[in-house]
This record gives sequence, structure tokens and C-alpha cells, in this order.
Amino acid sequence: MKRTSRSAFLFLTPSVLLLLIFFIVPIILTVYFAFTNMALTGSAAQNLEFVGFRNFTNMFQDPDFRISVWRTLVFLIFSAVIGQVVLGFILALLMKEKNITFRRIIGIIVIAGWVTPEIVVAFCMVAFFSDNGTLNQIIGWFGISPISWLFSFPMVSVIIANIWHGTAFSMMVYQSALDEIPKDIEEAATIDGAGSFKILSYITIPMVKGSIVTNMMLVTLQTLGVFTLIYTMTGGGPGTATQTLPVFMYNQAFVNYQFGYGTAISLVLLLIGIVASLFYMKSMKVKV
Amino acid sequence: MKTNKLKVSMTAAMASLLLLTTACSGGNSESGAAAEGQEEVTITFRSSGSEDTLTKYFESGLIDEFEEANPDIKINIAPVLASEGDYTSKIVLQMKSPDTAPDIVAEDTSIIKSDAAAGYLEPLDTQVAGWSDWQDKFIENLKAGVTGEDGKIYGVPATSDTRGIWYNKELFAEAGLPVPFQPANWEEVLEAARTIKDKLPGVTPLNLIVGKSSGEGVTMQTLEMLLYGTNDTLYNDETKKWVVNSPGLLDSFNFINQVFNVDQTGTSMQVALNGQAGSIAFQQLFPQDKLAMAVDGSWAGSTWFENGAAPIENVEEKMGFAPFPTQNGQEPGAITMSGGWAWSIPAQSQNKEAAWKFLEFLMNQENATARVVAEGNLSPRNDSVDVAGYTDRTFVAEAQALLDVAHFRPANDEYATVSAQIQSLVESVASGKLAPADAVQQLQDNVTRSLGEDKVEVK
Repeated sequence: MKRTSRSAFLFLTPSVLLLLIFFIVPIILTVYFAFTNMALTGSAAQNLEFVGFRNFTNMFQDPDFRISVWRTLVFLIFSAVIGQVVLGFILALLMKEKNITFRRIIGIIVIAGWVTPEIVVAFCMVAFFSDNGTLNQIIGWFGISPISWLFSFPMVSVIIANIWHGTAFSMMVYQSALDEIPKDIEEAATIDGAGSFKILSYITIPMVKGSIVTNMMLVTLQTLGVFTLIYTMTGGGPGTATQTLPVFMYNQAFVNYQFGYGTAISLVLLLIGIVASLFYMKSMKVKV
Repeated sequence: MKTNKLKVSMTAAMASLLLLTTACSGGNSESGAAAEGQEEVTITFRSSGSEDTLTKYFESGLIDEFEEANPDIKINIAPVLASEGDYTSKIVLQMKSPDTAPDIVAEDTSIIKSDAAAGYLEPLDTQVAGWSDWQDKFIENLKAGVTGEDGKIYGVPATSDTRGIWYNKELFAEAGLPVPFQPANWEEVLEAARTIKDKLPGVTPLNLIVGKSSGEGVTMQTLEMLLYGTNDTLYNDETKKWVVNSPGLLDSFNFINQVFNVDQTGTSMQVALNGQAGSIAFQQLFPQDKLAMAVDGSWAGSTWFENGAAPIENVEEKMGFAPFPTQNGQEPGAITMSGGWAWSIPAQSQNKEAAWKFLEFLMNQENATARVVAEGNLSPRNDSVDVAGYTDRTFVAEAQALLDVAHFRPANDEYATVSAQIQSLVESVASGKLAPADAVQQLQDNVTRSLGEDKVEVK
């Protein structure tokens, strides 16, 4: 017994070491830097000082920070929860038990958005929303004069872009979950007189609850971290209209050169992710 | 059995060690001279793309000439393709490590004091002391721009510039406006823009740099050009404090608001907020007669020269460069901000001696002048006027004359922090998301929070 556990430890060493070096140590350092005046340039770059909670008190007094939290929540709820999770579920439901060619064609179209690298998605979307872009051409056919989408509706534009990019993931998760529901359960319910809405709310959704929570968590965490898409499309602007927390963090760290402050913001972002995940697990009573 | 297990565990341990060492060793293999006994000097600067003038300047035989004279030194050019804002953070990250630090780096004079205070740059006092050109040939007031807080020299000024209003003479004539354009106060600039808007639909009247992706340009070409024409400044040299709230600041934000939101004579936000707004204005809108005025640097006109990115024939007949007026025409009537680039040697450079040798060569009368001529800039050397072709360049006489009314940016390592705040507020005001009065209030709040109560004052 002893010998087995010793060799088990030995086998674990490489992965533990790697975790320690590339994960645990950076996290501890991040927490530490959040309490310093670390800066990219200026005299603070040379004299790292412990500043206590100053970064955090500054942050909560900073109107830009409060705006960014708000923008992050709006972006999260509309592009992740409502957009990807709900839309993905509807798509999966509609495609269930349809003919294979139909499923394939629709599947490929939806997944195209997902397999496209984020930066390419951003460029496609800029082309789509720009002054002479596809969207303005289309509305032009109906006699509507062009709209500066990225300027007039920046948040809506990045939300649509993120939905287009991410929905396929949710769809695939739900597809595989729905396929695993045995047909006879739904058949039995139909015989008992349940309508399709009742089947959906009392049978289908409860049976894929686990997938829903897992998917919500993954999509939420992924969306909280979206940077490339927003930064490329709008740069967080105009003004602060699309400045979500990741963009705000980047601006503080690399535009204002305040690394310590930027790190503190990243900790708050992490906290929001944890709280959201716990909330999903509690509200759906699922253990992951 | 026991030995067998031991073998397995040993193999696992070895494998993991191997993995770790390979993971850690990637970075070191890049350095090392190109040929035996040769020292390699890497020079880094910001490139604006495939048509970059500075890259062309290096590749036009300059390096060959130096390498022929110094066979033991090899010069590598390593341009960084980035916006002005990103360039600064990219080179700072490079300069932090001896593995990635270039040997010569182009530093904007707005950031050089910050980088010096951070310890990224090598003091060059001994080098310039032994260089006779430094004493006699470099314009004295430009040396303040490369001097750190500690009084040491951290760079050699390479370019200097002024700012003003570029305008399209043909469009002005078409709209019935006087040519040459000589506005006496802000109102005349606004009025000209309104006239263009009325008379020439489809033409953008006035381009100001307001998108924060344009970085320092927003602060210097736009807000400071306005502010230093009022009775206020951004920094009080006597009290050593930042003036974060003043009537001049409010008026400056009001001007921006007037152009973009009240008169709507500014560029469309799609263009204005683009990081390449300046290039779009000078390479596309101006040559296509779609833009009448732009407040920008004296170098910008070189875009239209024969070897520029968007050549215009008989450019002097079509385009003009007017001084930017003071707010109400108060003395001295016009103002300009002056900045420029310097060459510095990073503290982590591995070949400082060879780097200095190349720097001296780069900044001799002939080569220093050739660069500013190619870029359309003003020279930091007072003997450039003796080089054929310097003063008879298009627009240079106008730009050079403005040096008499030039203001320089606050010489302080906190400048970058203040400037970043200004950039984002100017963008918010221009895009109509923030009222001018709120912008001033936010500037006061944000700068006070970042720098502390004792570093700011209100006028």
C-alpha cells in the first residue's frame, strides 16, 4: 500500500510541478501585484511598493469602473445567457429528429461562426456593420438610409457578433443532450395527453438540466473574458459604450500603464465569474 | 518487482524534468552575432506599414554605408508595426529583458521621461560629452525634452515638429473662403467649417484627432493645441502641479463639442474613432477632395510628396498649412505644440558601444537631415539649414516659423497618466457621450485619484 502511494506521488510530480509553476505561482503573484503600485513605466516601475487596498478603493470610486461592470453585465446577459444559451437550445430543439441533410446543412452554417477565429469574426462583423457594409446594403434595398451601426448601436453590434460566434457551442451541447433522452418517455407523455409545451417544460428541460448548467457556466466564463472581439470592433468605444471589464483592464494596464490597478480589476473579474458559477449551480440544484 | 517500479518512477521523473527544461529554454537561442566576431545592433522604431518612410530611409543605403565603414558591426532594423499607443507598451515590454531589448530604440519625447524614471534607458551623458556636435549643433531647447527628472540625458533628439491647420486651397476657393487661410481666432476656424458644410455637401469640413486609439495624438494635436491658445496651461511650472480644472480646459472641450455635435462639421465617428484616422484623412480624404481642414502635425503633408504614400502633383497649389490661432486672437496670435522623436539606448542593451557608434553616424549632419527631409519633419540640428534641400522643401518654412510660438509638453513622468485620461475624455466628448463640463469634472476627479491631492490644482 505504502509503495503504491509513493509511486503514485512520483507519477503525480510532473503535473503538480507544472500546475505549480504555470498556474498556482502566477495566481499568487497576481493577488500580490493587485496590492502594489506596479506600473509599466514611470518611477513606480522601478520602485514596487505595497499600497494596501488603494487599488480597490480607487476602483470602487472610479465611475469608469462602475460603468464597465454594468456594460459587462449587459453584454453577459444579452450575448451569453439570452443569446447563446437560449438561441442554442431553440436551434437544437428545432433540429431534433429532423432529416439528416437538413441537420447537416443548418449545423454547418451555425458552426461556421464558431470555428472561425475570434479575430476573423471581428473583421467579418466590422465589414458587416460598417458604413458601406452588408447590413447597410441590405436595408438600402428597402429604402432605409445607412446607419453607422458601430457608432449608433455599438453594444447591440458586439452582442450580435458574440452571439453569431458562440451559439454553435451551446447548440452542440444541447444536441447531444437531447439525443440522449429516450424516445419512449416523450411518447408515454404524449399518450398521457401532455402537449408539446408540457413535454418541454416537465420532461425535456429537467432531463437536460445538467447540460444546461454546465453550458451556462462555460458560456458565461467564456463571455466574461471576451476581449479580441470587442477591442477589434469598437476599441471599447465610442467613449465607454462597449468598455467591458476586460477592455477596461487592458486600458488601465497597457494604455495608462497601471499594472497594479489592472491586476486588481482582473481579480474582480475572477470574482464575478466565481459568483456567477455558484449562482447557476445553486439555482439549478446541480452538483458538478 | 521493486526495481521495476523504481525504474518506472525514475523514468517519469526524468521525463518531467526534460519537459521542464525544454519549456524553459526557448528564449535564449535568438541572440548571437550574425557572423563571427561581429557585433549586432538592433534598432527599433514604429512603422506605419509597407510604405513607412523611416524603414525606406534605413534601407536606402544608409546601413550599407555604415557597415562598410565598420565591418565589425552588423545593423538589424526591427520596425514595430503598431499604433502609437501600442508601440509604447510594446517597446517597454521589450526593454524589460536583456533577451528582447533592442540596442537603439525610438522614443517619443512624451514618454522618454517616464521610461527614464522607470530605469529602462541608459544615461548618455558621457557619450554626448565626448561628441562635439552635441554642444554646438543641436537646438538647445530640444535638449530639455530628452533630459530625465534626474537631469541626465536619455536620448538624442532626432526629429522636431510643429502643428497647425492643413487645408485644401481648391475647396476653400470653391466655398468662397479666403486663400491663404489665416484665422485670427477659434471662431473663424469654426465659421470656415460651417461655410464648407453649407457650400460643399459631401465634403468633411474639419478633421480633429479625437479617437483614443490614436493615443498621444489626441492630447497633443487636439486638446493641447486648443488649451495652450487659451490663458491656461496643463501644468503649472511654478507650483509643479497639474491644472486639472480651468476655464481654458472647459473652453477647449467646448470647441471639440461644437465641432462634432453642435455644428457637426467633424469627421464621421466611424473614421474619427479609427486608430488610422490620421492616415485616412491624409492618404484618402484630402487627395480625393473630401476633406477641407485638418489639425495635424507639420510632417503630415509629406504624405503628398512624390515619394509619399499619396502623391499629389503641384501640392503647394492645392494644399496649405495655416497657423492655429489663439482662442480670441490674444498674443502671440497663433500657437503650436512641439514634440518629436529621439533615439535612446535601452539599459538592457547588450551592445551599447556599437549602438552609440551607429547613433552618432545616424545623427550626423547629412543623415539626420536626410531623415527629416524624407519624413517632412523639422531637424533638431541647427546646421540642417546648410544642407541643400532642407529649407526649400514644401511647407517647411511655414512649419519652421511656428517654432517661435511653440509650447512643449509638461516635462514630467506623470504626463503619460494625465494624457491617457485626456484621450479618453476627448473621445467621449467628441462622440457626444459626455458634456464638456462633465469632462472637466472627470478629468479633475480621475487625475486627482491617480496622482493624489498634492499633485493637482484648480484654476
